Amino acid sequence: MKFRSVFEIIGPVMIGPSSSHTAGAAKIGRVARTLFGRQPKWARIHLYGSFAETYKGHSSDVAIIGGLLDYDTFDERIKTSFDEAEKVGLTFEFIAEEEEMPHPNTAKIVIGDDKSVMELTGISIGGGKMEVVELNGFPLRLSGNYPALLVVHEDTAGVIANVSNALATKGVNIAHMEVGRKEKGQMALMVIEVDQLIDDELINEIKVLPHITQISTIAD
Amino acid sequence: MDVLFSSVKELVALAESQNKPISEIMIEQEILITKRTREDIIEQMDNNLKVMEEAVEKGLQGVRSTSGLTGGDAVLIQKYMESGKSLSGDVILDAVSKAVATNEVNAAMGMICATPTAGAAGIVPGTLFAVKNKLNPTREQMINYLFTSGAFGFVVANNASISGAAGGCQAETGSAGSMAAAAIVEMAGGTPQQSAEAFSIVMKNMLGLVCDPVAGLVEVPCVKRNAMGAAKALVGADMALAGVVSRIPTDEVIEAMHRIGQSMPSALRETARGGLAATPTGKALQAKIFGEQTVGSSSVT
Repeated sequence: MKFRSVFEIIGPVMIGPSSSHTAGAAKIGRVARTLFGRQPKWARIHLYGSFAETYKGHSSDVAIIGGLLDYDTFDERIKTSFDEAEKVGLTFEFIAEEEEMPHPNTAKIVIGDDKSVMELTGISIGGGKMEVVELNGFPLRLSGNYPALLVVHEDTAGVIANVSNALATKGVNIAHMEVGRKEKGQMALMVIEVDQLIDDELINEIKVLPHITQISTIAD
Repeated sequence: MDVLFSSVKELVALAESQNKPISEIMIEQEILITKRTREDIIEQMDNNLKVMEEAVEKGLQGVRSTSGLTGGDAVLIQKYMESGKSLSGDVILDAVSKAVATNEVNAAMGMICATPTAGAAGIVPGTLFAVKNKLNPTREQMINYLFTSGAFGFVVANNASISGAAGGCQAETGSAGSMAAAAIVEMAGGTPQQSAEAFSIVMKNMLGLVCDPVAGLVEVPCVKRNAMGAAKALVGADMALAGVVSRIPTDEVIEAMHRIGQSMPSALRETARGGLAATPTGKALQAKIFGEQTVGSSSVT
């Protein structure tokens, strides 16, 4: 079951004109912003396939910037997100790439500030749904069938156990889980697909656990 | 995480055996899957309905897209309807104008509710607000209209596709028109099986519909396909309510749509390389909107 909720069919509420090119694009931007954990100072956005061809007409550019400013798909400020970005000091650049990617609607977002840089590749799969396929060089294999939790953490003993304990105590069942790291002792990433929707309270509990750097959910 | 239904056959069987409307089965499945409360789910759908109402209202005042390709047609159709000269009838034209209104708002970057996508967002609300004047539904019945549409859309999305890039416009406006037809039947007092018949009748007449947006934008021909999708939904619902049945079962019609989508060349699946997008005028409009160059670096602030 690729689509689970009736609100994926009747919804999302969004600023037009395209669910895959506008709403899906905004969601990719927003997941990047959430995972970064704060307002980035600069962004370099590479667009591929159909995104590269039609992003201006579909306002995918203002939508992605809106997402980077933490706006939801229905936030009217998406329309003026370029001006809003200037106000908060976010500079950005769009690069339409000719390279063919496996999915026609692919965006690679590189964001950063004076402290760190993050890179995320997302695809917009239709009807406003999106998937993250790569984070900081880690390929992700999210089925998209379940709500997912992305946790960036330090590669050290006990972190995975702490996170799964937090989920267990709230009765959240893990459907699929992957852990990857770049190098021993460096940054690592947990991708956890779960059966139930994850509420903010649980997110906040996990966020304050030791050695957790960033956390984000992909609920739909 | 099991579901109550994954086919129209199962959906109708559940509704019939439990003597419940299709909308109720959809609500129960939503509770089962998301573990949210009924009140929460109804409230969200009520909010979606409000967004639809506001979009129609805005579109009927007249909007224009930034590309200049679309806008203002909803107003024209409403005025014509009010002149009393309409041939196809007021309910159909009202649905058509409201479907167009919604999609003109979408093209103008207004707020809409994707049903099932933004490109096809006019049909379900357009028909709902047109039949509302005839059937005088309660707020609850209007909300249920959306759940019934959603139930059929859920089956299509999981067994075929609701995206033009994957399945052509038959998957977008085709699905939306068929979903709306099924919902009209329920609101008009028809049976769950009649909803399924209406769905099939409309979907059969949307099969093969290509997705060929001019300049790749959700404007031409999308807005007018929303208009016709709404008209077909009403006619299909009336046919089913009259007792007409589809010789091909609904799930097989959906499967046929899926196979047709898969065998469609990519030029006809939202790439703007075929169909109307590839006509001399379509190409000229693309050049006018985007200029000759579409690939390269841009927009630094």
